Amino acid sequence: MGAGAYKHHVPATVDHLIQRSEFLTAYTPYQPEISQGTLQTLFEFQTQVALLTGMDVANASMYDGSTACAEAVMMAARVTRRTKAVMAGSVHPHYVEASQTLAKYSDVSISVTDAAPADLDAVIAEIDDTTACVVIQTPDIFGRLHDLREVSRIAHEKGALVIAVFTEAVSLGLVEAPGHMGADIAVGEGQSIGVGLNFGGPYVGLFACKDDRRFIRQMPGRLAGETIDADGRRGYVLTLSTREQHIRRDKATSNICTNAGLCSLAWTIHMTLLGEKGLTQLARLNHETACELADALSAVPGVELVNETFFNEFTILLPKNADQVVNDLARFGVLGGVPASRLYPGRFENYLIIAATETNTPEDIAVFAKALAGVL
Amino acid sequence: MSMNTQGRPTRMAENIAPDNLATGGYADTISGSRGLDQAEPLIFERGGMDRCGVDLPEPKGLKTRLGGLERKDAIGLPGLAEPETMRHYVRLSRKNYAIDLGLYPLGSCTMKHNPRLNEKVARMPGFADVHPLQPASTVQGAYQVMGELAHWLMTLTNMPAVALSPKAGAHGEFCGMMAIRAKLDADGQTGRRRILVPESAHGTNPATAVQCGFTVDEIPADKTGRVDMEAFKAKLGDDVAGIMLTNPNTCGLFERDIREIADLIHEAGGYFYCDGANFNAIVGRVRPGDLGVDAMHINLHKTFSTPHGGGGPGSGPTVLSEALAPFAPVPYVVATEKDGWDLVEHMDEAEGTPFGRMAAFHGQMGMFTRALTYMMSHGSDGLKQVAEDAVLNANYIQARLSHVMTVAFEGTCMHEALFDDRFLKGTGVTTLDFAKAMIDEGYHPMTMYFPLVVHGAMLIEPTETESMSGLDRFIEVLDALATAAKAGDTGRFLAAPVHAPTKRLDETRAARQPVLRWTPSADAAE
Repeated sequence: MGAGAYKHHVPATVDHLIQRSEFLTAYTPYQPEISQGTLQTLFEFQTQVALLTGMDVANASMYDGSTACAEAVMMAARVTRRTKAVMAGSVHPHYVEASQTLAKYSDVSISVTDAAPADLDAVIAEIDDTTACVVIQTPDIFGRLHDLREVSRIAHEKGALVIAVFTEAVSLGLVEAPGHMGADIAVGEGQSIGVGLNFGGPYVGLFACKDDRRFIRQMPGRLAGETIDADGRRGYVLTLSTREQHIRRDKATSNICTNAGLCSLAWTIHMTLLGEKGLTQLARLNHETACELADALSAVPGVELVNETFFNEFTILLPKNADQVVNDLARFGVLGGVPASRLYPGRFENYLIIAATETNTPEDIAVFAKALAGVL
Repeated sequence: MSMNTQGRPTRMAENIAPDNLATGGYADTISGSRGLDQAEPLIFERGGMDRCGVDLPEPKGLKTRLGGLERKDAIGLPGLAEPETMRHYVRLSRKNYAIDLGLYPLGSCTMKHNPRLNEKVARMPGFADVHPLQPASTVQGAYQVMGELAHWLMTLTNMPAVALSPKAGAHGEFCGMMAIRAKLDADGQTGRRRILVPESAHGTNPATAVQCGFTVDEIPADKTGRVDMEAFKAKLGDDVAGIMLTNPNTCGLFERDIREIADLIHEAGGYFYCDGANFNAIVGRVRPGDLGVDAMHINLHKTFSTPHGGGGPGSGPTVLSEALAPFAPVPYVVATEKDGWDLVEHMDEAEGTPFGRMAAFHGQMGMFTRALTYMMSHGSDGLKQVAEDAVLNANYIQARLSHVMTVAFEGTCMHEALFDDRFLKGTGVTTLDFAKAMIDEGYHPMTMYFPLVVHGAMLIEPTETESMSGLDRFIEVLDALATAAKAGDTGRFLAAPVHAPTKRLDETRAARQPVLRWTPSADAAE
């Protein structure tokens, strides 16, 4: 399937550990002396997210990738004191809509470029001296990868920030990190690591940015920080809460209170089980499986692979309506992907977005290709 | 003296001086652990880049199709083997307080027992292992859960519509206030931008109102802890967009004038947002739709017992009145003519004029299954009893502690009992000290210094899932602590906690010199 939610293997250890009563039935760690378990895991989570995205700091999670994206747009406007946001049309349309909703009654206006082009020229053309931020997803909704260096250079020249979005966190085990390509804020969906599909939620939003006082003071959400106790022993607390609603009320950076605590725990446990070695191996397996599926499907007569680049997700052009094809495939027991028209109503009607992960076997690929040939 | 299985005697050492019996004569252990309270370093100090707890197949080494965007530098993520991972997190878990360990009286947070049946149902593969964008024909069961949950929520609140997609309480507030804003704009009421919010409100209320382009005007509380009706009336005018009111309010009191408030705000041309954080006190007994409410979010993680998880995930479905329903966000499920379910996920397919989309996909499905399981296993009679017992337990605490602690407002309370710090006056003990002493006694503190309208507030919400004997033990401890404070026994307060995994933590240092992540250099500098 794909398009913002991915089926990955989650080790049984993860689900066992998050069901420990002490994690499952605890509240937000307001009393640090009896919440060090949650606080230390959040501190570790923040560090892992910062490392993965190539950024300096990360918060303790948002609801999901789409709301993290929306909050990033608003944060960029506060940091730059500008009101125009430019979003690439190839950002997940739900993320665009969630951002438009959050910005709807603010002074921030969002322009969205056309989704079809594989390059970022249209985004670059929109950047001017009033632009607060550009928002680019890579891999994008069609699975295409984008080099952010050129757009970052131009955006920074004009004083605008670059927000990099990802929906597939596993990609960062193999693909260059947004922080290494000039992004100022990196936001994305963490569901792939530890969380599972859950029919769309709960998921976990990842939110990271540069270590700059202007940025950190404008960040939404909770932050765990290191400190010492009365005996000088290391410990962790929620910190910089003067940004938050329970202190600042109508002046808060966001109204967020409860976030995705247990999902961020699942994420950090799975990431710890993987480590660098496991993550890079997992990412490579995903990419190779997707390469094999792309080859198998594009060998079906009438099917054309759209992508020149991809990680574990790509788009194919079919000779007929993709929605019809997906419904026909379902009758053969194959969940064949997401019709692009489901995300762009009235457009891309013959385009099908497909993800492959480490859970797909060579037999799955053969069955899919055969079924596709059968329904076309 | 007892014998172990090897036949050697087990006894106290005889050569330890009596003064040193408590500690053995040494202050700290070599390892930093204290028996079962084991010191646990960060994964970055413990793991290795080559260690891995997952056995994955070897990649084949195919040529990549990444367009030259391969990640080149090492990421720096440490890994642990599975047994090490288990120990790391199990050790850390033991440094957490939790409902399953004891009474968790955080007022306004509703820390009740989380039935494990909910967890079991949520993990059924037809709910947990389905993709949100699968063809409708393959996820009819998931859609039906959404439809049935919506039915229960609308029935319990007597409201005609509900948006399921908000991801937490604050997100639900945003949903309701966006609907109000959209309705005002649709009616050309563009001059209405002022939202009335009681001083006792949760911080999310003013933050949300501002997010929707409103300004916030605070209403003071009267001396009974409720909305000051004269002040409220004086603030009404043709620039008022509405009121955000929590009921029962954050003082644990039912807003007796709620119907009049609803009528007055409607007459003034505004709308009534009810913060449903405390719905657990009235579920099955009072239907907000009967009170004139236009929008209310429901925290499934409070009233309907989905676990708090150390700060989420929550879920905040938001019920809407007839006036606001056309502006409900996408997506939502609808019953089809053929006894099935379908999803309306695009604005131009919707019947009304949705104000937008809250987030990707359809909401917190994992919370929907848990909450619906809770509802169905309780039934409507059981839910009514939930509210009744929650109120009874809070009043029991208030009645039994009123002789040693000072009740903020006279009269019976709803689901939470609010005390102020008058009983600590002159003792040198603050609300914070009192709360920290509770930690040493094995309890999580109550909510402190909230609501803001009460000095040194202590807000105690026991919930309905505490037994009478459990409440009695808790009351005896608080009674003894209050008595000790008044008797000048301040030692047990000022340094508290001394028996928790850490002593009091320096929050000022954390904020002034923020260390928000582990770095090798920061570690080496220590």
